[in-house]
Amino acid sequence: MSKYTLEINGEKTDVDASPEMPLLWVLRDKLKLTGTKFGCGIAQCGACTVHINGVAMRSCVLPVSAVSGPVTTIEGLAGNDGLHPLQSAWIEHDVPQCGYCQAGQIMSAAALLSTNSQPNDDEIDKAMAGNYCRCGTYIRVRKAIHSAALFYNADTSADQGLVEGVGE
Amino acid sequence: MKISQINRRNFLKVSALTGGGLMLEMTLPSALVAQELGTLIGSKELNVYVQIASDGTITIYSANAEMGQGIKTSLPMIIAEEMGAKWEDVVVLQAPIDSSKFGLQGAGGSTTIPRSFDLMRKMGASAREMLVGAASESMEVKRQDLQAIDSRVVHISGQSLSFGELAALAVRQPVPDPENLSFKDPRSYTIIGTSVGSVDNLVIATGKSQFGIDVDVPDMKYASYTRCPRVGGVALSFNEAEIKSLAGIRDAFIVAPDDSAGEATMSFLKGLAVLRGGIAIVGDDTWSVFDAKSKLAVKWDDSNASDDDWPEMIAEAKRIAKKDGGEIRLDNASVADALANADNSTIESFYQFPYVAHVCMEPMNCTASYRKGSGAEPDAMDIWVPSQFPAQVKEIAENMLGIKQENVNVTGTRMGGGFGRRAVHDFAAEAMVISHRVGMPVKLTWTRTDDIHNDFFRAGGFENMKAAVDANGKLQAWDQHYIGFAHKGKPVIGSGLQGNELSMTALSNARVTQSMMPVNTPCGAWRAPGSNTNAFVEQSFIHELSHLAGRDHLEFLLEMMGERRWISEGNVNALNTGRAIDVIKLAAEKADWGKTMPKGSAQGLSFYFCHAAHVAEIAEVSVDADQNFHVDKVTVVVDVGPIINMSGAMNQVQGSVIDGLSTMAMQQITMKKGVIQQDNFDSYPVMRIAATPEVDVHFIQSDNKPTGLGEPALPPLAPAVTNAIFAATGVRIRSMPLSDEGFNLV
Repeated sequence: MSKYTLEINGEKTDVDASPEMPLLWVLRDKLKLTGTKFGCGIAQCGACTVHINGVAMRSCVLPVSAVSGPVTTIEGLAGNDGLHPLQSAWIEHDVPQCGYCQAGQIMSAAALLSTNSQPNDDEIDKAMAGNYCRCGTYIRVRKAIHSAALFYNADTSADQGLVEGVGE
Repeated sequence: MKISQINRRNFLKVSALTGGGLMLEMTLPSALVAQELGTLIGSKELNVYVQIASDGTITIYSANAEMGQGIKTSLPMIIAEEMGAKWEDVVVLQAPIDSSKFGLQGAGGSTTIPRSFDLMRKMGASAREMLVGAASESMEVKRQDLQAIDSRVVHISGQSLSFGELAALAVRQPVPDPENLSFKDPRSYTIIGTSVGSVDNLVIATGKSQFGIDVDVPDMKYASYTRCPRVGGVALSFNEAEIKSLAGIRDAFIVAPDDSAGEATMSFLKGLAVLRGGIAIVGDDTWSVFDAKSKLAVKWDDSNASDDDWPEMIAEAKRIAKKDGGEIRLDNASVADALANADNSTIESFYQFPYVAHVCMEPMNCTASYRKGSGAEPDAMDIWVPSQFPAQVKEIAENMLGIKQENVNVTGTRMGGGFGRRAVHDFAAEAMVISHRVGMPVKLTWTRTDDIHNDFFRAGGFENMKAAVDANGKLQAWDQHYIGFAHKGKPVIGSGLQGNELSMTALSNARVTQSMMPVNTPCGAWRAPGSNTNAFVEQSFIHELSHLAGRDHLEFLLEMMGERRWISEGNVNALNTGRAIDVIKLAAEKADWGKTMPKGSAQGLSFYFCHAAHVAEIAEVSVDADQNFHVDKVTVVVDVGPIINMSGAMNQVQGSVIDGLSTMAMQQITMKKGVIQQDNFDSYPVMRIAATPEVDVHFIQSDNKPTGLGEPALPPLAPAVTNAIFAATGVRIRSMPLSDEGFNLV
């Protein structure tokens, strides 16, 4: 066992874990952050997707000792803002069926929007290629990402002062 | 409570046994319910499904298991509609497992909607009558002048009271006689038929939804379980000292096989499943027990284990197909004469479909907490299980461990997929035995490899098809020989014709025979059992026949339906050729059947009837020179009667199309000397987002009784795609998956 100090969802957290333990199980079993899911253990299905330094990573194959930056999970995606635009879009478009893969889908989509705020279908397909949905919600996943992109752009533009008179 | 009402309660209890859980009794919430309600304590219970708080919050229980089919949202919609509630005022809670209150709390076979629709209407109507009675008393006006609209009871004068204001008085109203309830005119529906988002979307999108795998109990330990790779193998010994010395490991032991849990009958209502022997490892976290599992060295006795071998099965099926024979299921004309008639054109085709796995995104898991009794306290077990039929776990606990069913508390959790896999409970038996042995709460989680190797698979199979058409292109003979699988002499679930097929119902010149080969690999229900494979054969072969006859596929298929008729009048599980013709014609119209397509692209048509649903599909497929194919669009026309939740229904149809495509394109399980050859998603892939087609869905909302939509849109997909590939390339595909036939889904 070794001691690790991780920054998870903006908070420094100490954990005791074997160096090889994947981040997924540190999150789920040690820190009780169960929004990140176990699907395959070999980085094929994407149910375990989290952000490290803002980049989408498969936490099921990432040893805790190799975590190299701040971690964001589905529980911390929105920060203190209520809901991330993608979470709102997921609800609006009634995307989930069983719901198990959806946290991973949203995390991959959020990483995409953070670097490409107006993705086309091909770019969405590439960014989302690592995420299985066994229920087949892909059509609505695409729609929800497009719709969140609109809000995302509006927010980003507003932050940058590019849009004036919003709401008038 | 008055005597007359107690009598009514007794009467209603009797109805519960026949009506699937109908009880309008005015019980106080049980301790468990009260605990779940939290701030809602003090609510008023109008019946076991409906409570109204004085602030106007309407709590509706959803009694059945949610696995993504949307039942947790659609059943309460029916109640809310009949109550006259405003959907925004409704809070939906998952009901506790209690068959005395809720009857059969299960989900399978697309039967929850047809089983529950009338009951939900009665629950809603009964609650509405009690609210109207309360308003009548309170306003001192006649009942018939009152109407429940938007969570208010409104008098013709315009005066109204809210449900919240009426709650306290409503609960003291007499419970209406369920036989005398009246229901809303469907034309006045404001909730049924609209698009309502799933009630759990917020918790899912924020990662707060609790699936079985997320259950956390104080002092809980974690477990893994390892079975013999060959079914039927028994553990003799293992490297116990080494495993127990690993960090984070508390215990490791051999579990003997035990069939007292109940035979796995694989009927969706009786999926108990025997406990298969293996090695249990218990530790401090999931990763430690997975890691220890990977270091196991087990000596197995596999002298009585499965020898199943898929290539050998294929060879044997081909030998069987060459001989006439098998059990005669149907022989209604001189098929042999028509096939022998030199004036007819004849054809013979051998079809094949593989074993496939369920691969629910959430691997099998169960949490069990055994408490040993002492003195007057009996042995007890708490179980949290993601199951399609959670109450069955009680029976396993009693049969296997002698714990009385009344001392087994079951919580059915949300499921990360079901597809029929979670109708059997082998994994729950394992969790219970482990907790019983170590005397602690234990969460058992399967690895993905456990999940694939230990599935109850969709059985593979074969069909040898012969037919004759005359010089006018009319079908003269249909000869169908199904070669499937049986275990201990009984066909496994989904193997063999089910009775709903065209040949078994609508054709007047058909012979159907069936042969079974033995199998030891466990088989079970897989989304639309039987139909998901037979549709491929039947609807591909009809296309072959239309081609042989030199006729348009659409016209030929419609002619096969014959006159508009209901094969068994009034039986929703019987084909209605009129409804079939309607969905086929509408699909052709919506897809612009026969339109000019670019080179390498074509349309393919199919129709299938199952689960009381008539569904037609037209796929548009593009194939390149390297046999990479993309499904550009699928037009789907569905008649399942009235739609409850339009958004949920669309989701089910889109999902069924994608699931059907994923399965037919790239999935198969193969066995070698009893060992499953696929280990994880690298060797058993699932379709990714890029291959997703456009799916254009249309519902014919006929006046038939509403039925379920979790399954019936899946079977027609595979033949629609292979028929389109034939039209585009001239290559007839008679075996799935397509990846084995040289066609690669892109």
